[in-house]
Amino acid sequence: MLDNLQLLFVWAPVINIQIILEGIFVGAVFALSAYGLALVWGVMNIKNLAQGDFVIMGGYMALALTAADIPLALILLIVITAMFIYGWIVYVVMIRRIIDQDMFVSLLATFGLSLLMQQVMNLIFGPEVRTVDMELPVYDFFDNMVTIPSSKIISLFLAAVIATCVVIFMKKSRTGQAIRATAQDPRAARVLGIDTDRVYAFTFAFNAALCGAAGVLVSIIWVIQPFYGITYSVRSFAIVTAAGLGNLPGVISAAFGIGLFEKYTGIILGTAYEVAAPVSILLLVLIWRQISMRRNRQVVK
Amino acid sequence: MIKSNDVMAYGALGVLGILGPILFPDYTLSIAYLWMMVLMACTWDTLGGQMGYNSLGNITFFGVGMYVSAIVQISFFYDGGVGEYTSAMGSIKPEFTDSEYFLGLFWGILAASVAGLVLSVLFSSFMFGLRGPYFAIGSLGLAIAAAELTITIDYVGGASGISMPLFPGDIEFRSTFFYMLCFGAAVIAHFLLRWLYSTQFGLAINAIRDDEDKAEAMGIPTLVYKRIGWGIAAFFMGGIGAIAGNMAGFIDKEVAYPVPTFGIFMVAMVLLGGKGTLWGPVLGAIIFHVIKETTWTYLLNLQWVALGLILIVNIVYFQQGIMGWLQAKFPERFGIVVDPSTTQVGSRQGGDGQ
Amino acid sequence: MSDPIINVENVSKSYGGVHANVDITMQVERGSITGIIGPNGCGKTTLFNSIVGYHPIDQGSIQFDGQEISKLRVGDIARLGMLRTFQQTRIYSKMDCVDNMQISVSHRPDSKSSIFASRKGEIRDRAEHLLEFVGLYSKRNLISGDLSFGQQKLLELAMALMNEPKALLLDEPTAGINPTLINGLIDRLRRANEELGITLCVIEHNMRVIMNLASHIYCLSNGHMLADGKPAELQNDQRVIDAYLGGH
Repeated sequence: MLDNLQLLFVWAPVINIQIILEGIFVGAVFALSAYGLALVWGVMNIKNLAQGDFVIMGGYMALALTAADIPLALILLIVITAMFIYGWIVYVVMIRRIIDQDMFVSLLATFGLSLLMQQVMNLIFGPEVRTVDMELPVYDFFDNMVTIPSSKIISLFLAAVIATCVVIFMKKSRTGQAIRATAQDPRAARVLGIDTDRVYAFTFAFNAALCGAAGVLVSIIWVIQPFYGITYSVRSFAIVTAAGLGNLPGVISAAFGIGLFEKYTGIILGTAYEVAAPVSILLLVLIWRQISMRRNRQVVK
Repeated sequence: MIKSNDVMAYGALGVLGILGPILFPDYTLSIAYLWMMVLMACTWDTLGGQMGYNSLGNITFFGVGMYVSAIVQISFFYDGGVGEYTSAMGSIKPEFTDSEYFLGLFWGILAASVAGLVLSVLFSSFMFGLRGPYFAIGSLGLAIAAAELTITIDYVGGASGISMPLFPGDIEFRSTFFYMLCFGAAVIAHFLLRWLYSTQFGLAINAIRDDEDKAEAMGIPTLVYKRIGWGIAAFFMGGIGAIAGNMAGFIDKEVAYPVPTFGIFMVAMVLLGGKGTLWGPVLGAIIFHVIKETTWTYLLNLQWVALGLILIVNIVYFQQGIMGWLQAKFPERFGIVVDPSTTQVGSRQGGDGQ
Repeated sequence: MSDPIINVENVSKSYGGVHANVDITMQVERGSITGIIGPNGCGKTTLFNSIVGYHPIDQGSIQFDGQEISKLRVGDIARLGMLRTFQQTRIYSKMDCVDNMQISVSHRPDSKSSIFASRKGEIRDRAEHLLEFVGLYSKRNLISGDLSFGQQKLLELAMALMNEPKALLLDEPTAGINPTLINGLIDRLRRANEELGITLCVIEHNMRVIMNLASHIYCLSNGHMLADGKPAELQNDQRVIDAYLGGH
């Protein structure tokens, strides 16, 4: 561990650039799934523990589609559409029935969904760690100390495009306005003629599509495996807990923060802490929130 | 105190508990796991059902207990110490005498229970400022973190696990012995909780479930009750973890922290039987276990898929549970009735009862 | 004021830009019934919340029984012997009435109740006696969430009395209660004050009730303390009349 620290700060500080860039690349992906979680949480009060499994599912779709030689942009579109439909189906079959139940039911039901999706993906794709190789050029800097594959730049760019589209969509479109209205007061929205059931369905499907898009990016810059989903769920929860609901800048900065934290712990402590890092940051965020609430004589609800 | 229905239920369960392994010796370990699940469900319900604090992390105590008992049992009578034992990857098989083994096991289970208790007190210092979903997710985080940290510790075998000391005796005696431990632990846990729910403690944790802010405002020292509730669950989970580790014979991350299996089963069983009732967890555990054991072998590779489906159907479509459904259907059987007399003594005329 | 049990000095509290309480000073005398009146949104409930510790106050000091409590948390203050009821009635809605009462016993360090005490015996008798006192005895085995709003309000009052607090802060005890019950309720509040020696501090909109009940009344307006005095004095105070009849 001390060696790693020395490497970072004494021998080759330039490696920090690599780590920071990596942190930004993965942070952008985390931001997408975390924003989806915040949306579903804020609009319909569903805490989706299957969030990470949606991401992994999108990744596997991308994997299957690349095998069929389909260009990346098209893959992204297909996955987004397919995940949207999948999200809609999940809503109709189960989420609709738990929407007014107490919070633990939604948590547990989506945890069940998460287990189910893991097992199905395991049956179809096997438990091996997979990645999509786009065979794109890799750029080197500082005598090969910093390497940036162009796939990562592309994915960062795509994440930014998707995020911008989402923001514009939520601000300008009728559906986006209906979603925001429903989030504020579902009963008033119903009275004013908004079909809240459709809004909920759309929101959940939209979230699934966002996760699917994140999954495509994960599959090209990182690795996927049927049981990796839970770490993405945990990260999303940590980000949302830190940033709060409906706060996009907060979500993005928290996502980059977690990305950096994970990359640094990965380098300093070793890969054994790969899963422990997002979990421990979740716990740290929860503890920090409690301390700040205690000062206001409040608790974290 | 104990009503006639209860007497019948206890009779039936007692007969199953005592005669089960005698009549179906092949299924002794399976029934042992049934009692283990009854215990898990009952202790989960203390916090989850009766207090409204839905923990997804009670399995942490199970795993920690398992590892603590392994350390105690090995280091008690093996001179080389745990580090040497684990680094040999199971090639060291020390011969314990009978008395050494059972003494080690006794202290192992006790230490595991106490470790669970201590850990729960530690956790409660930073977990009970969290409510609702934050508590559930935070406790799930604890379980995952504990599992991940355990495999980085070489002292307890890291990712390759530990083989537990060999049981001195034949396989049938081994099954019966561990069966008795599981059955005994479940019975003790159930009756302890039964007594607790009949005291002020039971009311206090129900009050916390219904409206914690009100409970605070009425001066109930909620943190004390939450600590006790989780502590009891942790104590039993640690102990049963020690027993389960010895039953399994070999422990690693998957055996010790089965978050996707036992960790979620215990919640599902309680929901199936009925949250926050005395009998719900017992009933749910028995039904769940019977379904699982009877269908398991026919499902081939689809077992886990089927399990996920059962969970979802259970939670989405039948969350009030069997006891909850009965209570909604026959409220008068549960003593929810209007008393025609308006005064305590009956002779005086009461106030403004409407 | 010779012996104030609650002493509020120069307390201010603002939410964002809204000054809910500005420089409030008031005393509740031990053993008295004190009223707080004022138009909607004038900061009465905020003041209650500040006293019982629901939020931090911006400045000032609050003492209960001679002890500074403005930094304590809700539970600690309640265990000193000061309770409040809620404007939106709060009870343990999935428990039956007797259970609601039994768990409301005093949790002060000097009280006899213990965590593992049995629910039978003296506590149960007292619970049933108090349920009878508020006229809910026949409903004692019902799940309290199924009671009507007015009955829940009475149950909440009974729960507060069960606790035998030194001081009890009531937030609009008569709101939503059947008018025919109001006289009974006033009578019960007064009896609780006289027989059980509980100091009462009452927020109330119903002028008839508060003028009958309280011996001293504070009037808040726009977050400021407007006036205080005996009921008869306030009834003729031009500032109070203006505040109620649309000074703003």
